[in-house]
Amino acid sequence: MIWLIAVLLFWLAAWAMNVWLANSKVAETKAIRIAVPVIFGVTLLVLWEGVVRGLNISPVILPAPSQIGATLMNSTDMLWVDFKQTVLKGALRGFAIGSLAAFITAVIIDRSRFLTRGLLPIGNFVAALPIVGIAPILVNWFGFDWQSKAAVVVVMVFFPILVNTVQGLSETDRMQRDLMRTYAAGYLQTLCKLRLPAAMPFIFNGLKISTTLALIGAIVAEYFGSPTRGMGFRISTGVGSLDIDLVWAEIAIAALAGTVFYGLVAWLEKRVTFWHPSQTG
Amino acid sequence: MRNVVPVLVVLSAIVGLWWAAVAPMNMRAALDVAERAKETVVPVGSVARRDISVFKLMANNHEHIASGYSLKRPRLPTPVQVGKEFWKTTGGMVAKGRAFSKRSLIYHGWITLQSTLWGFLLGTTIGILAAVAIVYSRVADMSLMPWAVISQTIPIVALAPMIIVLSNQVGIEDRIVPKAIIAAYLCYFPVLVSMVKGLRSPSSSELDLLKTYNAGGLQSFLKLRLPASVPYLFTALKVGIAAALVGTIVGELPTGAISGLGARILIGDQFGTPLAIWSALFAAALLAGVLVTLLDIAQRVTLHRMGFRS
Repeated sequence: MIWLIAVLLFWLAAWAMNVWLANSKVAETKAIRIAVPVIFGVTLLVLWEGVVRGLNISPVILPAPSQIGATLMNSTDMLWVDFKQTVLKGALRGFAIGSLAAFITAVIIDRSRFLTRGLLPIGNFVAALPIVGIAPILVNWFGFDWQSKAAVVVVMVFFPILVNTVQGLSETDRMQRDLMRTYAAGYLQTLCKLRLPAAMPFIFNGLKISTTLALIGAIVAEYFGSPTRGMGFRISTGVGSLDIDLVWAEIAIAALAGTVFYGLVAWLEKRVTFWHPSQTG
Repeated sequence: MRNVVPVLVVLSAIVGLWWAAVAPMNMRAALDVAERAKETVVPVGSVARRDISVFKLMANNHEHIASGYSLKRPRLPTPVQVGKEFWKTTGGMVAKGRAFSKRSLIYHGWITLQSTLWGFLLGTTIGILAAVAIVYSRVADMSLMPWAVISQTIPIVALAPMIIVLSNQVGIEDRIVPKAIIAAYLCYFPVLVSMVKGLRSPSSSELDLLKTYNAGGLQSFLKLRLPASVPYLFTALKVGIAAALVGTIVGELPTGAISGLGARILIGDQFGTPLAIWSALFAAALLAGVLVTLLDIAQRVTLHRMGFRS
């Protein structure tokens, strides 16, 4: 009971603090912009901890964050092996192959109006499909190791990036292309100096969507067969053997990996498309 | 409409490529089958064939290529095989009057559709409410928005088994609930982002005009902000329903569900029946297409009635 009351008080205090910070004069400074969501997140964790302790929830159902943290610290070796298998081998390689393939395909089909008009609606449609379902088929084709995971990721990231790149390549207007022609620029020069830079915001949009898809694909594919390591493998066996705190530790790592991966792409976007209004505003 | 011809051409090219790929994909299995039927195969024994490239095998055994197109358990089924299996488990079942038997994809599609729609409803409601909170409250804007973005970078599949275990422990026996939660988790974000944009889309001169009419906060919300956000909402709904379907199928895949399209894929994998997987995949694609198309029609009708020019 004492835990519940303490947590309630903490919640109210944090809330009041955030309201005060958000309406204060310094609300626009960078420190406050970071502090407010951080306080919100910490409050959620404290709430979780307090509710688990206050209601005596069994760790088999929902372990407290402190316990998950302890498990995470104790099994860093295993988590690192899983991280290497799933994120570095499966997700990142698949992401690299898939985005490169999509980019090259987009540049090629962009040369033909006919192909663009034929492929764009299909690509848009396929990008909305539940492609994760092909995971068992690809695991069957490419075996249990990281190759099949990378294959699932390739298929999943291909269409969002393809569609976005094709759209981005048609972003330049007639005036800009005419200007390039008055400079006597050829196809390749126009592509590299005008159309690809103009397409970058779109390409990065596709890349950002694909970061999460890559991790989802790599983890789902492991549910259908994997060597005895990997995050998806550990999660599915952990649920079976009631190692729930280990499962949550894997989830924490997956969440962290997803956020960092997205953050990296977003950071790269900022460096590449610094000229775009959405970055300067 | 002018895209019809190119789309058809590209589609038939895809089907053609698929058809051509069946031969090399199924060659080894076809040779194994032929060998068991005591036919002559070069070289003898599947172990001896393992290290030879498929194309060499095809050149040496060209009389067996055709049998790769009618295998019972192909690595890659032909479009016709998939179509037949799909018809057998949908239209064929209806013809027999057993549209809702457990072997029918209509039954499994219905299970998946239910979770998808509940998740869609839940996700859309959360998305809209959160967007209203974010537009009207600075605290909500500053504390919720970053976490909404972060929530989408977390691979939901990692969480999916835990959501199902948790809801089981809490005493929710119904399988719809955890699947709908996962669907809502994927669905709320596009709605949230678009609604924030939509609710903020009225210009300050429009807001000022309402102020000169002496309109209160609620009135300016109902008469200006909400109508202005409708086009944004519909665009998000189309993305959201597709995301909800993905979420439902992800929720069915790793968790030993026994009904639903995802479960059909899982069971097809466990029992080694690739045709079942492929037809379930096509059913899922069809479902996604129908749902998005329905919302697209709703969007056109609504926007037309509201007087938006498209």
